[in-house]
Amino acid sequence: MITFDNVTKVYDRTSRPALNSVSLDVDRGEFVFLVGASGSGKSTLIRLVLKEEHATRGTVYVAGSNVAKIPSWRVPRLRRGIGVVFQDFRLLPNKTVFANVAFAMQVIGRSRAVIRETVPEVLKTVGLEGKDQRLPHELSGGEQQRVAIARAIVNKPGILLADEPTGNLDPTTSLGIMKVLDRINQNGTTVVMATHDHDIVNAMRKRVIELRNGKVVRDEREGIYLATAMQPVVPAAGTTSASADDGGHSGAEAPPGTVDAAKPGGLAGSEVSE
Amino acid sequence: MRMAFVMGEIGSGIRRNLSMVVSVILVTFVSLTFVGAAGLLQLQINQMKGYWYDRVQVAVFLCVDNDTSPSCASGAVTDQQRNAIEAKLNSPEFEQYIDTVQFEDQQTALGHFREQFANSPIVDSVTADQLPETFRVSLVDPEKYEVINEAFSSMPGVESVSDQRELLEKVFSFMNIASLVALLIAVLMLVCAILLIATTIRLSAFSRRRETGIMRLVGASKAVIQLPFVLEGVIAALIGAVLASGTLWAVAHFFIGMLARQYPATAFISSQEVLILSPVLLILGALLAGVSSLLTLRRYIKV
Repeated sequence: MITFDNVTKVYDRTSRPALNSVSLDVDRGEFVFLVGASGSGKSTLIRLVLKEEHATRGTVYVAGSNVAKIPSWRVPRLRRGIGVVFQDFRLLPNKTVFANVAFAMQVIGRSRAVIRETVPEVLKTVGLEGKDQRLPHELSGGEQQRVAIARAIVNKPGILLADEPTGNLDPTTSLGIMKVLDRINQNGTTVVMATHDHDIVNAMRKRVIELRNGKVVRDEREGIYLATAMQPVVPAAGTTSASADDGGHSGAEAPPGTVDAAKPGGLAGSEVSE
Repeated sequence: MRMAFVMGEIGSGIRRNLSMVVSVILVTFVSLTFVGAAGLLQLQINQMKGYWYDRVQVAVFLCVDNDTSPSCASGAVTDQQRNAIEAKLNSPEFEQYIDTVQFEDQQTALGHFREQFANSPIVDSVTADQLPETFRVSLVDPEKYEVINEAFSSMPGVESVSDQRELLEKVFSFMNIASLVALLIAVLMLVCAILLIATTIRLSAFSRRRETGIMRLVGASKAVIQLPFVLEGVIAALIGAVLASGTLWAVAHFFIGMLARQYPATAFISSQEVLILSPVLLILGALLAGVSSLLTLRRYIKV
């Protein structure tokens, strides 16, 4: 579904590349965690998939087509096939939940009848039944993120990209969001989620791709987070700042030691399939 | 559905940006009014040219007693000289240039003079014998004045040959300058309008960047993202153009109507002429707003 073939992305010549010869393959229907410190290249990777950025070298394939070869007037079609969720939700504050989700359908010209039929369905999928007339500020953070997810999947994209979707949420709420994402994945949507959240990664036991300084350093089926802070040695001098940054992050989110004890693999199978 | 959506977006854009939209309307209104005024002046000039060039004549003035001009040193025109001039005017040589020839004696000349200067005190002091006899010659092609001038100005008994068109040309050149000035002001105002529209669209794009960002992400086409902004500018400019057309119509109707009553002999344009101009103004306004907002959007909204 998504293929990176030796992709390098350089933002400006003086600094090191944001992505450095990255090759990876995400198959249809997979659930992939993208982990790594801030500045390791996770967001760049997501932006390359969306053709928000162009690869400096190498080729990005999305759904079988070379992204670089898609003419600009067909980029919207590429993006219709990809849903995106962000850490900061990005809802329209003056629109109701229903209108926020409907907006994504309106702008690509779906008919009113289809919108009226589809939106409640999707809101049900993300667990927001009966809240369709609320405004975003009347919702909790978790609920707002569910609206954002509903908006991302309402046009039935084949791929869902989530850039730290639980970054602003507490652990319990995050768990709920992960259930929603897992359910979407079970319906056949490929999910790529960039995250810092150890608990979630360790609990879900999905494929984990770790980026460090723009390189893929680990790609495991049913992997765990293995935060850089937990590793004994920080190898190169150039990476210290990034690692320190990450250390700060993970410390704030959850102390690494408590991870496994708190939720021993609870999320993955049983709860989600409810 | 998509059209309804775009309309809704335009509505919200205009509401959010009302003061800027109003200023765009006013600036395009004023600038297009000047464009229209220049256009009306040109139409008026054409109208007058058409009217006057048919009536304009070349006057061959004959010498009178005590004439001071050097060509009349030998005194007033004699009958023989007059007959020679008349014969030459009617000769086959000049047939191709001359439409009609009319002789005006001193009494008729005085009559015309009194008519022309009816309100001037000079009338009472002028007598018939001071005014020259004249052959009024209307030409087939008014441009061929030089031919007549060359042939007749040196004939004995001719004081001078004058082309009345020259007088009119002065009037026309004055009107041309006026319309040029109007056009210049119009161009300045149009530059203002373009910059203002660009700024308005920029503000509008900034205040709606959240919406456009989401539109982009969910795969809205470039047209759907940009159309509300472009139409916002175009609608404002069109309102300005309609106001300008209305103003020009009112000016043509009342002001020119008044002039026409005062100078019934002159051909004036009517408010009908505004109907020719207003589509031009509307198209100009729409084009202006459309192009400047599209150029702005290319810089401020990534698609």
